[in-house]
Amino acid sequence: MLTIKNLHASIEGNPILKGINLEVKAGEVHAIMGPNGSGKSTLASVLAGREEYEITEGEVLFKNKDLLDLAPEDRAREGVFLAFQYPVEIPGVSTTNFLRTAVNQVREYRGQEPLDAVKFLSVMKEKMKLVEIDQKLLSRSLNEGFSGGEKKRNEIFQMAMLEPTLSILDETDSGLDIDALRIVSNGVNKLKSAETATIVVTHYQRLLEYIVPDFVHVLYNGRIVKSGTKELALELEEKGYDWIKEEANAASV
Amino acid sequence: MSKDNQILEEFTSKEYEHGWSVNYEADEAPIGLNEDIIKWISAKKEEPQWLLDWRLKAFRHWQEMTEPEWANVTYPKIDLQALRYYSAPKQAKKPKSLDEIDPELLQIYERLGISLNEQKRLQGIAVDAVLDSVSVGTTFKETLSKLGIIFCSFSEAVQEHPELVKKYLGSVVPMTDNYYAALNSAVFSDGSFCYIPSGVRCPMELSTYFRINAANTGQFERTLIVAEDDSYVSYLEGCTAPQRDENQLHAAVVEIYAAKNAEVKYSTVQNWFPGDKEGKGGIYNFVTKRGICAGDNSKISWTQVETGSAVTWKYPSCILKGDNSVGEFYSVAVTNNYQQADTGTKMIHIGKNTKSRIVSKGISAGKSQNSYRGQVQVMKRATNARNFSQCDSLLMGDKCGAHTFPYIDIQNSTAMVEHEATTSKIGEDQLFYCNQRGISTEDAVALIVNGYAKEVLNQLPMEFAVEAQKLLALTLEGSVG
Repeated sequence: MLTIKNLHASIEGNPILKGINLEVKAGEVHAIMGPNGSGKSTLASVLAGREEYEITEGEVLFKNKDLLDLAPEDRAREGVFLAFQYPVEIPGVSTTNFLRTAVNQVREYRGQEPLDAVKFLSVMKEKMKLVEIDQKLLSRSLNEGFSGGEKKRNEIFQMAMLEPTLSILDETDSGLDIDALRIVSNGVNKLKSAETATIVVTHYQRLLEYIVPDFVHVLYNGRIVKSGTKELALELEEKGYDWIKEEANAASV
Repeated sequence: MSKDNQILEEFTSKEYEHGWSVNYEADEAPIGLNEDIIKWISAKKEEPQWLLDWRLKAFRHWQEMTEPEWANVTYPKIDLQALRYYSAPKQAKKPKSLDEIDPELLQIYERLGISLNEQKRLQGIAVDAVLDSVSVGTTFKETLSKLGIIFCSFSEAVQEHPELVKKYLGSVVPMTDNYYAALNSAVFSDGSFCYIPSGVRCPMELSTYFRINAANTGQFERTLIVAEDDSYVSYLEGCTAPQRDENQLHAAVVEIYAAKNAEVKYSTVQNWFPGDKEGKGGIYNFVTKRGICAGDNSKISWTQVETGSAVTWKYPSCILKGDNSVGEFYSVAVTNNYQQADTGTKMIHIGKNTKSRIVSKGISAGKSQNSYRGQVQVMKRATNARNFSQCDSLLMGDKCGAHTFPYIDIQNSTAMVEHEATTSKIGEDQLFYCNQRGISTEDAVALIVNGYAKEVLNQLPMEFAVEAQKLLALTLEGSVG
């Protein structure tokens, strides 16, 4: 589904990603871990098409299309979803109104009929259960005055509504208490299918107890320096990142 | 220029939609301005002597006045002698009913999406359509007259209800009030008149649609709304003009009188031609709008969505004379390209326990300048006066300007006056977030701007709110940054 080949990206001339290679197949869950500043969030942003990053080398194929060639909105319409680490606030625009615009633009791109208000509401009601989100919250201005947990739940709710094929969760666990973490993870798990894939970007192993990855990759200094199964995450939890850094630094000498 | 600015720029360079004009035979006054022209207009309208005298008095006063220069706008001096002060579509005779109106004129309004044909009208809105200098037709007159409501063109009111016109004309905006109000008093040609008798709640929205069609013509209309004790009316005003290279002048006067317990809601969606992308052409909109809450517990609420005009100079105001009276001003002013707007309000607290609320949302894009100018005045006698003002500015791109000029004058120590102001930019983060959900940048801007202006748009009647939302998006199309 997603193939990343030798991806290099920089911001304001500073290289952040220095040759990422990754293959994600339908049905898989990949976890990207790594110390602060290793490039995890950059990778998520580059895949979603944030414009301040410059791609200097490499390619990304998504469903056999050149992903880097697509505008951010078209990537979303093709099925790439990014759950933001810091979801933005849009005053005066309710989540409902926002999502209706989004869902119908995505549907139009996919050649589907737009959902009318009634239909949209019934779809919404069904998806609301997934993340145990309250309708009152959805009629408030998007993310304005939401708690950290509410924002993250809202992200997963949007993911449910947009039905992406590739979901990228950028530090979705940050700022969540244990209950919220459970609810959010349950939502993600229920949305998984044999046709979809998930990339979980996280610092901590904690989230991976709930969203169990098939593969774990460690990103350090702009490269994937180690890949393994979920056991690797446990090892990292226990030993920290220093040994990885040492290994990587030794290898690059 | 950042990518963000580039997108904004593209988004705000959308063309004006109503820029067409229609050729019809017109009955016109000679170009220029002098006492003879005023007499010509008055005679044309078969006015009584007192009104001609009133006009001439205003004209003589105007001649002593100089054009105000304190507003934060710049434009070349207007040659008032080069304008035509009266232009009316030529009709064989005065139409007695809508059926007799020239179909070509009706078509002009059909093109604007305003049907004067009563059957086809949206339910619940009565329309008075003003083309250039005269009213071409008013709908739903009969329904309204059963309730004693008078809704007609100003000229008709002069003929049919001279006592009311004489009593209230100039009572809120005196002919000597300011340069453009004096000019309007001298040469006004038509407009709408509305009278709601005691105890009557007007069952439908009353609406006037103004259109300037003829070239080199100033439009000077006059609106007078009188709401007697315990009455209610909601009034809408819409404006468009063709696209022309020369600037055209629009200098209207609106007066509202609210008696005891009366409530008047006045909403405007102003979409005069703003000039092209280079700043050529467009309407100069120098308007005086004022309401008086004359009776106790009365209320006047102004809501305006200002998207058009090359230069706007407009301060819908409330004189809160009656005890416990309430004045409100809700405004969204959008400027793009080279537009300039200096707009705001005055709230003058005279009675006890009077309250006013000001919510102003400015949106500037392109190379435009957008100023809020507001005055809150609390007089000696106005114990427990309350005011809340909120002035927000939203900037799109880095070549536009937003300015706020609040004036506060308090003469009573029990007054409570609050002022809040914010300035924000449409953020790259917000746009990217929308894009990531599959929303195009253009729609994202529309969404964000409408969200920003929501508090004001919510004050508009439903049909108008939808139109205003579309208009906001349209005005800003091509301007994201």
